[in-house]
Amino acid sequence: MCVGVPAKVVKKMEFSAVVDVMGSQTTVGTIFVPELELGDYVIVHAGQAMSIVDETYAKESVEEWRKLVDARNSETV
Amino acid sequence: MQEILKQSNNPEICKPLVEAVIEKAKEFEEKFGRKPAFMEVCGSHTMSLARTGVKPCLVDHVNLISGPGCPVCVTDQKSIDAMIALAEGENRIICTFGDMMRVPGSTKTLLDSKIAGKDIRVLYAPVEAVRVAEENPDKEVIFLGIGFETTIPILTLMIGEAEKRGIKNFSIWMTTKLVEPVLRYLLDAGEVNLDGFLLPGHVSIVLGEDSYKYLVDEYHISGVITGFQTAELLSGIYKLIDLALKKEAAIVNNHPSVVSKTGNLVIHGWLDKYLTECDEAWRGIGIIPNSGLDLKPEYDQYNAKKRFTVEIGEPRKTKCRCGEVIRGLIKPNECSLFGKACHPMNPIGPCMVSAEGSCAAHYQYMRESF
Ligand code: SF4
Repeated sequence: MCVGVPAKVVKKMEFSAVVDVMGSQTTVGTIFVPELELGDYVIVHAGQAMSIVDETYAKESVEEWRKLVDARNSETV
Repeated sequence: MQEILKQSNNPEICKPLVEAVIEKAKEFEEKFGRKPAFMEVCGSHTMSLARTGVKPCLVDHVNLISGPGCPVCVTDQKSIDAMIALAEGENRIICTFGDMMRVPGSTKTLLDSKIAGKDIRVLYAPVEAVRVAEENPDKEVIFLGIGFETTIPILTLMIGEAEKRGIKNFSIWMTTKLVEPVLRYLLDAGEVNLDGFLLPGHVSIVLGEDSYKYLVDEYHISGVITGFQTAELLSGIYKLIDLALKKEAAIVNNHPSVVSKTGNLVIHGWLDKYLTECDEAWRGIGIIPNSGLDLKPEYDQYNAKKRFTVEIGEPRKTKCRCGEVIRGLIKPNECSLFGKACHPMNPIGPCMVSAEGSCAAHYQYMRESF
């Protein structure tokens, strides 16, 4: 599994979940993220979900990059 | 989310980000008369920086130094030899991460032992080792427990699972490492001049943003917690240069979508329950006090070091300079064996074997630049 690529939870069991990452599905342990819900994205390490991705923050990061890029573009126009 | 992921590797975003970083780095060089120097602490960062092309793109402008974050690479030779010797015992099944198989011991590798008929299994998900033990009650199943804070919790999970299922033939050979003691070691030793740290996204999931305060409070040095995609790496480096330019020290969480202030508290609970600090030997450094975690005495039955003894001699001396590579003192191509006697098909040291090793990253992605 690629480093740092979030995996989407497509099926949730008691202490595990089926996740999809770039089209391939695998079962991971979820004991470290008890608040996990179906449809969440998780970061997986060695077969365990370690953290749930907060999409709001992820979107903010993209906006931050865009701002930096736009600022550069307007400087060079 | 897929769209966000796409953006983090989108050339339309990443190319201008590279330019922005280079511009900032030039500003730094004009001001201070040298390139800014940052250490990536994590082996996965080393590989990502090389694979995404970020490191080659910035090679003339930013000094990105690989640090002690590849777990296989920092494991000292005696420990490697001990793990290989462990596999020689009768009636054992050794379970391990794939990276360990080809790490050269003083006389052989685990792969050599496997070819010679020893039962050594590579597992992607370590908890599988508990199932292996359950299915093989007449054998001792030993997991080689190397890793940093991201992997250590998974070892505790295995103990929890073995306890729950009443499995008695399972144990872990613990040689874990912690980030804070080795960063303190590097800063105290003062061998390498740094303007900041690119802090590991994965380890920080466990540790949390607040755990790095000592860098600012005690060493007045910055750290930016960063993910592994191209734009994440670039924006992390940009923020580090910006702080260094302003001569400010701060911890910045550049990976807030997965790293919280406190870290994963559920994981902290697992670590507290099973583990206690211990001294650990690091390759090229020696013992750093309280730089690892071992099982608490009440879990001795799962502690392979308490259950099995191995006899090993003094490690064979080679010209491998992994010890200096992981301390950031030399770049891989400064080792006289790099690309000659030592290459991925014939690794002399762990840094050329591991998927997170600096020498392997340099060999795969950086060779055209020297
Ligand atoms: S190139 Fe090979 S021998 Fe040299 S430091 Fe790296 S792993 Fe060791």
